[in-house]
Amino acid sequence: MFRTRTRSLVVSLCAAGLLAGCAGDGGGVQSQKLSTITGRGKLICGVEGKLPGFSFVGPDGKYLGLDVDVCKAVAAAVLGDPEKVEYRDLNSSERFAALASGEVDLLSRNTTMTLSRDAAGGNGLSFAPTTFYDGQGVLVPVASGIKDLKGLAGKPICVESGTTTELNLADRMREQNIPYTPLKFQTSDQTFAAYLGDRCVAVTSDRSQLAGKRTSFPKPDDHTLLPVVMSKEPLTPATTNGDPAWADAVRWIVYGLMQAEESGITQANVDAKLAEAKANTNQADLRRFLGVEGDFGKQLGLPPDFVVKAVKAVGNYGEIFDRNVGPASALKLDRGLNRQWKDGGLIYSPPFR
Amino acid sequence: MAPVPPADPAPRPATPPSPPWWRDRRIVPWVVQAVVGLLVLLLIAFLLGNLIRNLTAAGLLLSWRWLQQPAGFDISESVIPFNAQLPYWRALAAGLVNTIRAVLVGLVGATLLGTLVGMASFSHNGLLRRLARVYVEVVRNIPLLLQLVFWYFVVFLTLPNGLAAIQLPGVVLAKSGLYIAGFGEGLRWMGPSLVNEVWQAPLRLSVEFGALLTGLIVYSGAFIAEVVRGGIAAVPKGQWEAASSLGLSWFATLRRIVLPQSLRVIVPGLNTQYISLAKNSSLAVAVGYTDLYSVAETTLNQTGRAVEVILVLLAAYLTLDLLISALMNGLNHLVQIRER
Repeated sequence: MFRTRTRSLVVSLCAAGLLAGCAGDGGGVQSQKLSTITGRGKLICGVEGKLPGFSFVGPDGKYLGLDVDVCKAVAAAVLGDPEKVEYRDLNSSERFAALASGEVDLLSRNTTMTLSRDAAGGNGLSFAPTTFYDGQGVLVPVASGIKDLKGLAGKPICVESGTTTELNLADRMREQNIPYTPLKFQTSDQTFAAYLGDRCVAVTSDRSQLAGKRTSFPKPDDHTLLPVVMSKEPLTPATTNGDPAWADAVRWIVYGLMQAEESGITQANVDAKLAEAKANTNQADLRRFLGVEGDFGKQLGLPPDFVVKAVKAVGNYGEIFDRNVGPASALKLDRGLNRQWKDGGLIYSPPFR
Repeated sequence: MAPVPPADPAPRPATPPSPPWWRDRRIVPWVVQAVVGLLVLLLIAFLLGNLIRNLTAAGLLLSWRWLQQPAGFDISESVIPFNAQLPYWRALAAGLVNTIRAVLVGLVGATLLGTLVGMASFSHNGLLRRLARVYVEVVRNIPLLLQLVFWYFVVFLTLPNGLAAIQLPGVVLAKSGLYIAGFGEGLRWMGPSLVNEVWQAPLRLSVEFGALLTGLIVYSGAFIAEVVRGGIAAVPKGQWEAASSLGLSWFATLRRIVLPQSLRVIVPGLNTQYISLAKNSSLAVAVGYTDLYSVAETTLNQTGRAVEVILVLLAAYLTLDLLISALMNGLNHLVQIRER
């Protein structure tokens, strides 16, 4: 049973490489991807690269953002160093091919989880937990006086090609029988340049992305988000179907960030918590979570204290949110659906057991 | 009669001993070709086998059923009718028609521009001659993608919009496109009109199409100008002198004497430029024009059928280029000297 599973794993990894040829030997007890990453000494992470709040290059030339922090957390958990990440900027059309061909280990690029992207017969991705619950919105100039979708009738709308946005726009407009002209561009830079060049009266994308991009406009206050939410957009990091062990590792690292917030473990107090767990044998939950007892790390092919390393590197989920897109950032987004489940949100980590 | 004793055979020059087969000139080339051919075949077989094996393992063996599924996305401009409920193959067809439209108009425009500039570089007017040189040198040394982005974002998107648009009788040039009067619904003559802040007219060319076309024409025009210049330069100087001794003007000399003779040199070079133009049209996606490549990209993302979509793309561009090539080879045949 185990052998056939590893073999099929290797075969599908090779399938990802398609024409690249394959020298897999079917050996190895662990995830091939994990050993590739540890062997290489760095994680290759696919990001958007130009999206304030999620992944962009800061003034000091370093990548910043919520998506970037997920990459860093994974690198910290796997390699022990959040800086051992090589970022690849991918546009929305390249991203799946880059992941499938193994060019990137992890796609942390505001990607919406959908059935066809997840299914083996579709894009064949394996999704980690959703890191940002978003919805599609529409940004218009305040001066246009447009209040709803009906106001867009007959007008050109800028949209990035190859996104779920493009399909949602078509669906919503068809439902309400509103004629419109979609102007599609390959990159978000071109899309927003055309919008700012007044070629379109509106630009549509995920609401967080619109809010992020708006901060880099010459006059952010001249543009407003329409109240309409056109779709559900759970933005989720992804790996391929080819390596379930690697997918599991990424999944539980992300859950670890969420559980850390729930357990009140922060970047500042994680060392203290670890000391507390080591000293107090009664705190079984905390001891297991921080890897003091049990073998959760080993089961995932990770170091026992992978949660400690991840939280020490980037903080817990709440800290990541606040720093990058929340009140402490230029985006000033409300936690909204992204609150912990105890506060009525959707962020919920299954038990570390 | 006693038989004549056979004469001693004349001492023939000693034939060189035939070399071993691995040094035999009749065999070695065959062996080498066979080995190389075999290696190429093996490589192809390995790659194809690998592709099929891995696609089968991933459950993604070539399938064309997705072509029949509804596309679900809209196309901003299409010559053939299209909406989101129509299947993917209709979307791809609409994209192909858009590509062909850009290529055809681009070919005509680039040829006209290139011929004029090529001729201008032989003008007696020094200013014209130098302008032609400057145009060629500037344009052909800047990447096409950059030029397209320049035309679209810097030139076309700075056109005025709405009521401020440039309005001439029957023609309006706005940021969203060029609007021309024509026969609208019910064969009524209709001029451009502003409906709900959006210009409407029977004939409309979007700025995306305009930017792509301008970029392709200006870029290919520079290369064609060089081809034409080379062709004209290949005609012996005596032809010019003979023509002017007959009293023909500069233009008449070019048109009646020099250009017809230079076609022999120009046409093969032109073929290359035409093919490049057809391929370069796939950069349309940079300026938001919905060509075949743009539709294929969206299709690929929605269906996850990378191999099939790329095969469709390859086949479409290959066919288009082979067609252009065949036409140009026919033309080349026509303009060659016929020996009588």
